[in-house]
Amino acid sequence: MSALTDLTIAGMKAGLAAREFSASELTAAHLTAMETARHLNAFILETPEIAQNQAAAADIALANGSAGPLAGIPLGIKDLFCTQGVQTTAGSKILEGFIPQYESTVSGKLLGAGAVMLGKLNLDEFAMGSSNETSAYGRVLSPWKARNSNADLVPGGSSGGSASAVSARLVAGATGTDTGGSIRQPAAFVGISGIKPTYGRCSRWGVVAFASSLDQPGPMARTVEDCALLLTTMCGYDAKDSTSLNVPVPDFAALLTGDLRGKRVGVPREYRLDGMDETIAKLWEQGLSWLKDAGAEIVEVSLPHTKYALPAYYIIAPAEASSNLARYDGVRYGLRVTPPGANLADMYAATRAAGFGPEVKRRIMIGTYVLSAGYYDAYYTQAQKVRALIARDFDRAWAHCDLLLTPTAPSAAFEFGAKADPLEMYLNDVFTVPSSLAGLPAMSVPAGLSPEGLPLGLHIIGKPLDEPTVLNAGLAIERAANFTAKPQ
Amino acid sequence: MSVDAATVRKIARLARIGIDDAEVAPLAVELSAILGWIEQLGEVDTTGIAPMTAVIPNHLAWRTDAITDGDIQAKVLANAPDATSGFFAVPKVIE
Repeated sequence: MSALTDLTIAGMKAGLAAREFSASELTAAHLTAMETARHLNAFILETPEIAQNQAAAADIALANGSAGPLAGIPLGIKDLFCTQGVQTTAGSKILEGFIPQYESTVSGKLLGAGAVMLGKLNLDEFAMGSSNETSAYGRVLSPWKARNSNADLVPGGSSGGSASAVSARLVAGATGTDTGGSIRQPAAFVGISGIKPTYGRCSRWGVVAFASSLDQPGPMARTVEDCALLLTTMCGYDAKDSTSLNVPVPDFAALLTGDLRGKRVGVPREYRLDGMDETIAKLWEQGLSWLKDAGAEIVEVSLPHTKYALPAYYIIAPAEASSNLARYDGVRYGLRVTPPGANLADMYAATRAAGFGPEVKRRIMIGTYVLSAGYYDAYYTQAQKVRALIARDFDRAWAHCDLLLTPTAPSAAFEFGAKADPLEMYLNDVFTVPSSLAGLPAMSVPAGLSPEGLPLGLHIIGKPLDEPTVLNAGLAIERAANFTAKPQ
Repeated sequence: MSVDAATVRKIARLARIGIDDAEVAPLAVELSAILGWIEQLGEVDTTGIAPMTAVIPNHLAWRTDAITDGDIQAKVLANAPDATSGFFAVPKVIE
């Protein structure tokens, strides 16, 4: 049965349609894989009964011709998406035991299309982290190990549970969310694909908020085509999200050709960092030549404000987080800590002290500080102005090219504890944050292995709403790289 | 930018996060390092640049001012740590 968990989503769809196996068999194979891989800690909550019921319903739908486009496809849902009647924690102690009374728009669309939910996937607390070390439910392990080493490696973050589960063949695909790189960096670390669509493509309704002007759901899967299949279902206008874009959603998978003739690929010169890892630099060159082989023309472009993207992000994201996370006050849901004799204000302070982990507290405090009286203009307004300049850089680049190619991350996956200094951890998002600030679609695809045998990704950034070109470049790299390595 | 102990306590109070005395000094060091790094933004000339307020220009949609739900008191209170007599109950507010 191991073959079933190795199939792509496209392969599963074909096999289910041809009655080669049933949705129930497919789900059973994945539930077995999930049980044998608990040491990875990819799931905060496994939902086998729900999965079996959904698979049985998919089998009925497949038999009577009413099946949705994802009927019987076993997925994991990042535990940032509210799932009706199923605990949703955001990786935080403060939401332990929280049972949403409603379903997030995106997870609802996937389940409505017939997908099977295997469980809720682990993540950095409130999606704040790049290594999955901040989850209150324990760290997630990458299924990968470096050659000749037994050290555990991080799966990246914040969608680390999603990345680990997809890579280890515990789920066929997963939802992720990306605020500054939380889909793309973990995808690169474990050798899978992931796309953050244009801001507003996927509804944020029912997704636990971190930084609302940056948060964007997206799919993670083992192939570009699988990402396209999931993305088509996940996108769409939602009146319940005020920033949802009311634009047509194409059938992304049907538009996949891998043909880049007539397209110009920009290479942002500011992304060539001093002291860049040699393997990463070489892979980048290799990626450019692959895109050239697919018909693209390569041009150099300039994004002059690149170096200010990270500091701007680390003002804007914590500012929005400090506001969004004010709701966790021990009154309406989640943890409440009431010291003896405490009044309401004491209860707030004690609840938040006990419920939030160190990184979340750090970011709330940074956000509170930059929004506080006397500092607002110097920090927050200035950051929003710099953000406008960063977005303008991209706009100007689009006069010369149709997409950009960069590395996804400055290195391969690292060991736990390797980046204990928060600033060093933040620098891991150097290539992914600028496109987040500008709201652009961007994806990571596996492109090769480091000398230690660990996956490396390439990162494609596209024009607003031009996911089809991003996916086509992804497909061109996927075909050329022929990335077949799997974790042991 | 150097954040002192008094500032750490002030931020924590504004953020409604209780902190122990032992946490103040390490937090001051961490926050100082992060804010010091962020300060490089000050060197960017932003004269005449409007702060970005929307990622993708988008007109906020109008909708009918109508009641779309209701009668869900049980759902609203379902996750409350203390729901007494159909209300969110909290410790006393008045001194």
